[in-house]
Amino acid sequence: MPEPALVVTGLSRSYGTVRAVDDVTFTLPSGGSLGIVGASGSGKTTTARIVVGLEHADAGEVVVRGRRRGDRARGRAARLARAREVQMVFQDPYLSLDPRVSVDALLRETLRLHFPRVDRSRRTAELLDQVGLGTRAAGALPRQLSGGQRQRVAIARALAVEPAVLVLDEAVAALDVSVQAQILNLLADIRAQTGISYLFITHDLGVVRCVTDDVVVMRQGRIVESGGTTQVLDSPQHPYTRLLLDSVPRPGWDPRAIATARRTP
Amino acid sequence: MSAPVSPALLDTAPVLDIRGLRLRLPRTARPVLDGVDLTVSAGETVALVGESGSGKTLTSRSVLRLLPPGAVAEGRISVAGADVLTLTPRQLRTLRAGTAAMIFQDPRAAINPLRRIGDFLTESLRLNTKTPTAAAEARAGAMLEAVGLPPALLRRYPSQVSGGMLQRVMIAAALMGEPALLLADEATTALDVISQAEIVALLADLRTRFGTGLLFVTHDLGLAAALSDRVCVMYAGRIVESAPAGALFARPRHPYTAALLAATPRLDAPQGRLDAIEGQPPDLRTELTGCPFAPRCASATDVCFERTPAADAVPGDPAHLVSCHHGDRLEGSTGHA
Ligand SMILES: Nc1ncnc2c1ncn2[C@@H]1O[C@H](COP(=O)(O)OP(=O)(O)OP(=O)(O)O)[C@@H](O)[C@H]1O
Ligand SMILES: Nc1ncnc2c1ncn2[C@@H]1O[C@H](COP(=O)(O)OP(=O)(O)O)[C@@H](O)[C@H]1O
Ligand code: SF4
Ligand SMILES: [Mg+2]
Ligand SMILES: [Mg+2]
Repeated sequence: MPEPALVVTGLSRSYGTVRAVDDVTFTLPSGGSLGIVGASGSGKTTTARIVVGLEHADAGEVVVRGRRRGDRARGRAARLARAREVQMVFQDPYLSLDPRVSVDALLRETLRLHFPRVDRSRRTAELLDQVGLGTRAAGALPRQLSGGQRQRVAIARALAVEPAVLVLDEAVAALDVSVQAQILNLLADIRAQTGISYLFITHDLGVVRCVTDDVVVMRQGRIVESGGTTQVLDSPQHPYTRLLLDSVPRPGWDPRAIATARRTP
Repeated sequence: MSAPVSPALLDTAPVLDIRGLRLRLPRTARPVLDGVDLTVSAGETVALVGESGSGKTLTSRSVLRLLPPGAVAEGRISVAGADVLTLTPRQLRTLRAGTAAMIFQDPRAAINPLRRIGDFLTESLRLNTKTPTAAAEARAGAMLEAVGLPPALLRRYPSQVSGGMLQRVMIAAALMGEPALLLADEATTALDVISQAEIVALLADLRTRFGTGLLFVTHDLGLAAALSDRVCVMYAGRIVESAPAGALFARPRHPYTAALLAATPRLDAPQGRLDAIEGQPPDLRTELTGCPFAPRCASATDVCFERTPAADAVPGDPAHLVSCHHGDRLEGSTGHA
């Protein structure tokens, strides 16, 4: 067994009296894809932000490729290497891209910082190709691109630094079905080609089924169920997982029953 | 989804009737909406689905004559008998304050964060009908209860409630004027599945209780199938297929509808790659000849690039309309029951 890409143990974080993340533990195998699902406010984003290092935990640890995140790295090269290990793609790429920087310049700058000796023109072209953006998009500014194209740019930037783990927080939620399908296929191809691991946060259970091997279900900061994706979705054990599954619209569904079930704790 | 409305109610004149709506925007090569026909009866829920940029939002905004600057509209839109495109400004205010109401995707963008929820709810009533404040507040409290919220919320600020609750406040606001027609534009897109189900249950209740007609704009086909009586599929500013929800999803006749269904990640589908639709919808700066979907369509033949297909009823099913030269090719396909 290769070393897991990511091991999260006993993670907790409170804001005042709200326990946003409460004793969360999971393992993401190398080359694997793990989904985190749950209703709004269940602690998915907070967990992701701690894993990436945008937020600190009150307790628990995050271990990437066998090394504890947060341990001090010696020297600039080592620090950059640690910074590269985990990258994040957000729901709205618009907010995470500098409006004044072209796609090409963004990728070159990222490469210059992390891999000063690499052939930047060649690698930029490779990355654009990998995310299905033609060289025509290279000179474009973010506002000249569609939502799907911007999300491809965000993915290309994350891939540029060759991370072990890519955290995707509702990364396809703002895209419509056809663009979403293109991006989901792209992500599947990239994982197959590079062996990268995904931590995939979404509240769309169809998306979870499509792109993850394992899934954890969060409710009010805690994991209430976890396991293989097919197993959890096909035979949910926890009532909350069943409630989530029943909430997915389908012909003949009964939204009133869901509304009632939610109010009964 | 819910108990059907009594046929008597559905027989009445439509609350929304759009005929041949054509909308042009400045600096574009073709109309952004190109001959849209769409009807919503009292108590009926119609879903309008399609890719982003297809014209769903412009269609629903046209119903309230909320048009972008420089837009030119042709055709006819009538709401409960009123001819929207010819109304005087004063009549238009009455329409927007009462007869028809709109709920948007992002409730936080549509509400002033510095004013209490109560002021927001009563504003239109106080300004447009000169209803005394106390009476307006009483009604606002009752509407909050109708959407499952405590009347105490009247004194809270928007920042003090969750996104799902705020969307219910928006629905309560829409109900203040007792609308005959509710326009919901991606109204549940930003919500998680459980909150979405609650909002949909609420909307279903309204139609049974008040006979409200609902035009529900979404790009989520599963949601459209689950909540609507009829679905209209839009592509490049045209309605390319329209049918009762069950028929459309079980037996799609338009290749675009079938492609959208195949691209949707499903709970009951095997894991793995999706059948994505390659390419993009046509840009507004290019003129169109023939079928707008032709460059992306696996069934396209020469005629598709030459002539624009007209809407035809599926043989034996007058309620199922398809604009496709080869609408019979998908016949017998099982679709997604
Ligand atoms: N910076 C913060 N300050 C105060 N409370 C916060 C902060 N960030 C998150 N919270 C709270 O922590 C809880 C978990 O929030 P989180 O954003 O992780 O949820 P989520 O599962 O990502 O929800 P969504 O599906 O809506 O994105 C919520 O109750 C939220 O209000
Ligand atoms: N205010 C506007 N000014 C100029 N173009 C617009 C405006 N609103 C929408 N459009 C254009 O009209 C087309 C249809 O938009 P819209 O109705 O918002 O689509 P949808 O809601 O289906 O995503 C798009 O190409 C969009 O860019
Ligand atoms: S008319 Fe032709 S191109 Fe258009 S959808 Fe039908 S088969 Fe495809
Ligand atoms: Mg979140
Ligand atoms: Mg829209």
